Amino acid sequence: MSATSPNPSLGLQSKRWNGLRNILEREGPFCKDDFSPSPDNLEFLQTKCKVLVIGAGGLGCELLKDLALMGFGDLHVIDMDTIELSNLNRQFLFRRSDIGASKAECAARFIQNRLPTCRVTPHFAKIQDFDDTFYQQFHIIVCGLDSIVARRWINGMLLSMLRYDSDNTIDVSSIIPMIDGGTEGFKGNARVILPGFTACIECTLDLFPPQVNYPLCTIANTPRLPEHCIEYVKIIQWDKENPFNVPLDGDDPQHLAWVYERALERANQFNITGITYRLVQGVIKHIIPAVASTNAVIAAACATEVFKIATSCYDSMANYLNFNDLDGIYTYTYEAEKSDTCLACSNAPQVLPIEDPNTTTLEDVIKLLCESARFQLKSPGLTTVFQDGKKKTLYMANVKSIEEATRKNLTQSLGELGLQDGQQLTVTDATSPTAMTLQLKYQTNEIEMN
Amino acid sequence: MIKLFSLKQQKKEGEQSARGGQQKKASAAQLRIQKDINELNLPKTCATEFPDPDDLLNFKLIICPDEGFYRDGRFIFNFRVGSNYPHEPPKVKCATQVYHPNIDLEGNVCLNILREDWNPVLTISSIVYGLQFLFLEPNPEDPLNKEAADVLQCNRRQFEVNVKKAMRGGYVGETYFECCLIK
Repeated sequence: MSATSPNPSLGLQSKRWNGLRNILEREGPFCKDDFSPSPDNLEFLQTKCKVLVIGAGGLGCELLKDLALMGFGDLHVIDMDTIELSNLNRQFLFRRSDIGASKAECAARFIQNRLPTCRVTPHFAKIQDFDDTFYQQFHIIVCGLDSIVARRWINGMLLSMLRYDSDNTIDVSSIIPMIDGGTEGFKGNARVILPGFTACIECTLDLFPPQVNYPLCTIANTPRLPEHCIEYVKIIQWDKENPFNVPLDGDDPQHLAWVYERALERANQFNITGITYRLVQGVIKHIIPAVASTNAVIAAACATEVFKIATSCYDSMANYLNFNDLDGIYTYTYEAEKSDTCLACSNAPQVLPIEDPNTTTLEDVIKLLCESARFQLKSPGLTTVFQDGKKKTLYMANVKSIEEATRKNLTQSLGELGLQDGQQLTVTDATSPTAMTLQLKYQTNEIEMN
Repeated sequence: MIKLFSLKQQKKEGEQSARGGQQKKASAAQLRIQKDINELNLPKTCATEFPDPDDLLNFKLIICPDEGFYRDGRFIFNFRVGSNYPHEPPKVKCATQVYHPNIDLEGNVCLNILREDWNPVLTISSIVYGLQFLFLEPNPEDPLNKEAADVLQCNRRQFEVNVKKAMRGGYVGETYFECCLIK
């Protein structure tokens, strides 16, 4: 940067993106077929492409920095957490004075100040606070999450946003690619998910490391590790003595202090050493110490994938990168396969035409499902979710108590049951390893509601 | 590979209205539990009860063993299936006070597949069989109620007497048990 330049960011403007221009404005032997070199590519990145970063923690900070420095000009970031002292060693967008403030807001402000070329919109909220109208505005979603529940939720959201053509093929313009990064200590992974096309989170659910769980009887009778003593207090003693009359909260120092005291007593009883407050915190909250360099590697891999998809300059990674730097460096990339029996993504809605919802009863639908050559089900269970999120079990013959409670629905018409045109029913049956989604399509639009 | 962004470049701006009105979808945990429940093939000694049939995530399992130490008893288990099912196992607690080596007086159950050996390929059915097995073959090697386990190990006859006493309703040692026999 020239020291005499009146506006350093202007001075930079011309040169800063030269590296990107080399890639985006020139032909190369490894380019994708549909890539056309042009200044438009950079312009798309800087002005049009909208990327959502989920999580502003260890991975999130790295991702925001990487993407902003890569030229992306319109980032959004969601995080529900506030900054804690223990974050500061690796979440470098935060300072000591930021403790207690929103991660999303602080991170956005920091990036914005450092790189005025990049607009970052923070959302201090949970991902579940937004619906499909929010998520559909993005071209790409990249996740730096620490929770499997959250991954599964966003995965389900992106799958539910797929639109299907009349021949049941996915309308490609409804696909929002999801790049998912994850780290656990020295281990990490990065993956590219094209919802509906490549393996989704549910397809590979069994790849997530299981939570460490100790046998209950060991905890209760033959503890050998300090962790056993802490788990004992957490699982058995807390409920028994209920010291604060609330469920155990791993973020409440008073609760942790109580667990620490009791665990120490128990450890002394069994001549076990090694109970520390930190360990108590770690066991209660399932903390695995984060490693800054692992985050940096995984975020870089994810950011590269975002760049490749946004510019189509090169093929996406196919599709699952494993990384481990516990002892030397190990990486391996392979193509996780989409599961044909995946409950989430191998479940394209099947349209079921209904002549008249006011005369067609639930029993008629079930009969059709069992007798028609198209379905040939045996004893289907049917549920639905209403627009307000309320779940309803329509009928299930196999479970006696549910059958008795839902039998009255059989003789009701679809209109009487409150089922709307386009409503999706989830159908499970012993004849299929997956759940089937049925989408009702009413031929008459009038529904008599009473 | 599909062409994503050649299409993307034209979309998004005026596209908002084309979508919207999306149908609500069941979550993956919801789909999986519906599948588990619909295919639950219960032996005649077991039954499920759904206090709210619209809520498949919370239900009771009732086991009435027809042989073994616990014959003619009626034992109720509460199942709570979380949103991370089947990555995480359901939480299962015994709501009936029972004199049993592997079930403590708070209702905690020591069954490997409920904790350390849980695996997403297992189903509600697997747990039902596991629980049923606990009543046929109480296992004194992995005790949760140590006193009961010790009795079972040293004196099977005495254990049987204690179980009967507890099921009829009465004291075993210091602990009072409610009657849980089938009427």
